[in-house]
Amino acid sequence: MSSLSWTPNEIMTIAAARQLADADVCFVGIGLPSTAANVARRTHAPNLVLIYESGTIGAKPRTLPLSIGDGELATTADAVVSVPEIFNYWLQAGRVDVGFLGAAEIDRGGDINTTVIGPYDHPQVRLPGAGGAPEIAASCGRVIVVIRQSARTFVDRVAFRTSLGERVSTVITDLGELRPNPAGELLLTRVHPGVDVATVRAATGWGLTVSDALDETAPPTTEELEVLRKLELTQGQVV
Amino acid sequence: MITSLAEAIKANVKDGDTVALEGFTHLIPFAAGHEIIRQGRRDLTLVRMTPDVLYDQLIGMGVARKLIFSWGGNPGVGSLHRFRDAVEHDWPQPLELEEHSHAGMANRYVAGASGLPFAVLRGYSGTDLPAHTKNVARIACPFTGEMLTAVAALQPDVTIIHAQRADRQGNVQLWGITGVQREAVLAAERAVVTVEEIVDRLEPLPGAVVLPAWVLSAVVEVPGGAHPSYAHGYSTRDNAFYQAWDSISRDRSQFLSWMQDQVLGVADSQLEGSSA
Repeated sequence: MSSLSWTPNEIMTIAAARQLADADVCFVGIGLPSTAANVARRTHAPNLVLIYESGTIGAKPRTLPLSIGDGELATTADAVVSVPEIFNYWLQAGRVDVGFLGAAEIDRGGDINTTVIGPYDHPQVRLPGAGGAPEIAASCGRVIVVIRQSARTFVDRVAFRTSLGERVSTVITDLGELRPNPAGELLLTRVHPGVDVATVRAATGWGLTVSDALDETAPPTTEELEVLRKLELTQGQVV
Repeated sequence: MITSLAEAIKANVKDGDTVALEGFTHLIPFAAGHEIIRQGRRDLTLVRMTPDVLYDQLIGMGVARKLIFSWGGNPGVGSLHRFRDAVEHDWPQPLELEEHSHAGMANRYVAGASGLPFAVLRGYSGTDLPAHTKNVARIACPFTGEMLTAVAALQPDVTIIHAQRADRQGNVQLWGITGVQREAVLAAERAVVTVEEIVDRLEPLPGAVVLPAWVLSAVVEVPGGAHPSYAHGYSTRDNAFYQAWDSISRDRSQFLSWMQDQVLGVADSQLEGSSA
C-alpha cells in the first residue's frame, strides 16, 4: 500500500501507546488500555512494566489477553501476588507511575463515570462499576484515559463520580488528545490527521476550549499498525 | 470433610445466607454455583469482587436478593445482561446493590480474615461511592491526623472457592492468580472448596497458597469445576464461551432455556466427581 490508512480506533490506540515511556510502571485496565500498553511494549517501550489488577506484575503476554486474569499474564509475569497485595503494597504505596483507564463518561474536569447512566437507584444503564479505577486514579503518578469521543461520553458533569480526575494528565480519543489546563479543565491539544476542530467540538458536551498550541497527531507508522493488527488477531488466544 | 458437591452445598448454603463465590477470572467455582441453582436456594446475599458470568446466572435464576461487589461485567466482552436486567427492570426480582472499589472490597475481606471490625486504606476519596453505602467512613489516623478511609469487615456465612488440588485429609493447594481467595475463606464462617483432583500428597509449589483442612468445612473433587474459567496447570480459560455468553444471556427466554439444558437438567449424579 503506497499510503497508509487506519481506522479511528487504531489511531486512538496508537496515540495512547505513545503516551507510555520505556521505563514506566503502568497499571493497566482491560480493553483499550491493555491493547495500547501492549503495543507500546512491542514498539518504543520494551522495558515497560505492565501490572494487571489480578496481581500479575511485569506481565509480558505473547497474545492479547481478553480478561485481566488470563493465564498468559500469570505465566509471563515477574511476580504474581494476591489482590489485597497488589492494591495495598504496590498501588497505594505509590509504586506505579501511570494508571491507564477506560471510561463510559468523562467530564470537563476529567472525572470519570463507570457506574450508572441516569439516577443511581433507577439507572437507565447499569455499568460495571468502579473496579480498581478509584484508587488507580488517586494513587498513580499520572493517569491516562482512553475513550471514544461523542457528546454522549464527553459530558459537562458526570452523572456519577466513580473516579476523580485530579491526576488525569492526558485523555486520548478517536478524534484527538486533551490535556488539563492549570485549573484542571480539559483542553483540546491535538487532533488526529483528517479530523477538524469543529468535529471535536460537536462531539463534546461542553464548550470545548482549544489550546493555543494545538497540534496534529503524527500518523501511525507502518510498524505501529502492523504490531497493533497482529496483536488484535491474537486476543484471547492461548499460546 | 471430603464429600459430594450436593452434600457440601446442602450442608453449608442456607436460604438467606451471605455467600461469597470468589475467584479473580481464574479458579471461579462454576460447578458449585450451578449446584446452588439446582438446589433452589433463595434470598442469598451474594458477595464477590468481580461478579461475572456465574453471578449473571445466579442472579438471572432468582437466587439473589442482594449483591455486594466492585465490578460486574463480562471481562473483555461487555455487559452482564442478566445483572443489568435485574437492576434496570427488576427481572426476575429486584436486586439490592452494595458497591465498592476493588481496593475497598479486598480490604474488607482482609479485615474479616483478621478478625478486625474494619480496615484502613487511602481510597474512595472524592467519589460518589460512599454516599450509597454505610460500610465506608472517614477516619483520622491517631498518630498523624491524616484523614483516611475505613471499610467495614466482610464476613460471609460461607465462602466457596475452586482450587487445583487437595490431599486425602482435605488440605487444599492453589496457585497461579490466587486473587482474594485466602482472605475470603478465612473471613467466612464456613468454607467449601471444589478441587480439580484429590492426591495422596501435596507437592510444594513456589507461590502456592495452602489452606489447612481445619479451616475448611467441605472439600469436593470436581474436575473441570471452574469451566469456563480455568485452573492453571489443568485447563485454559474458555474465552469463546465468555464471548458466546453475550448472546445467550441477552434474551430472557433464551437464557432460561440454556440454564434448563446446561444446569437444571443435569443431575448431580451425572457430574464428575460427585461420588468422591
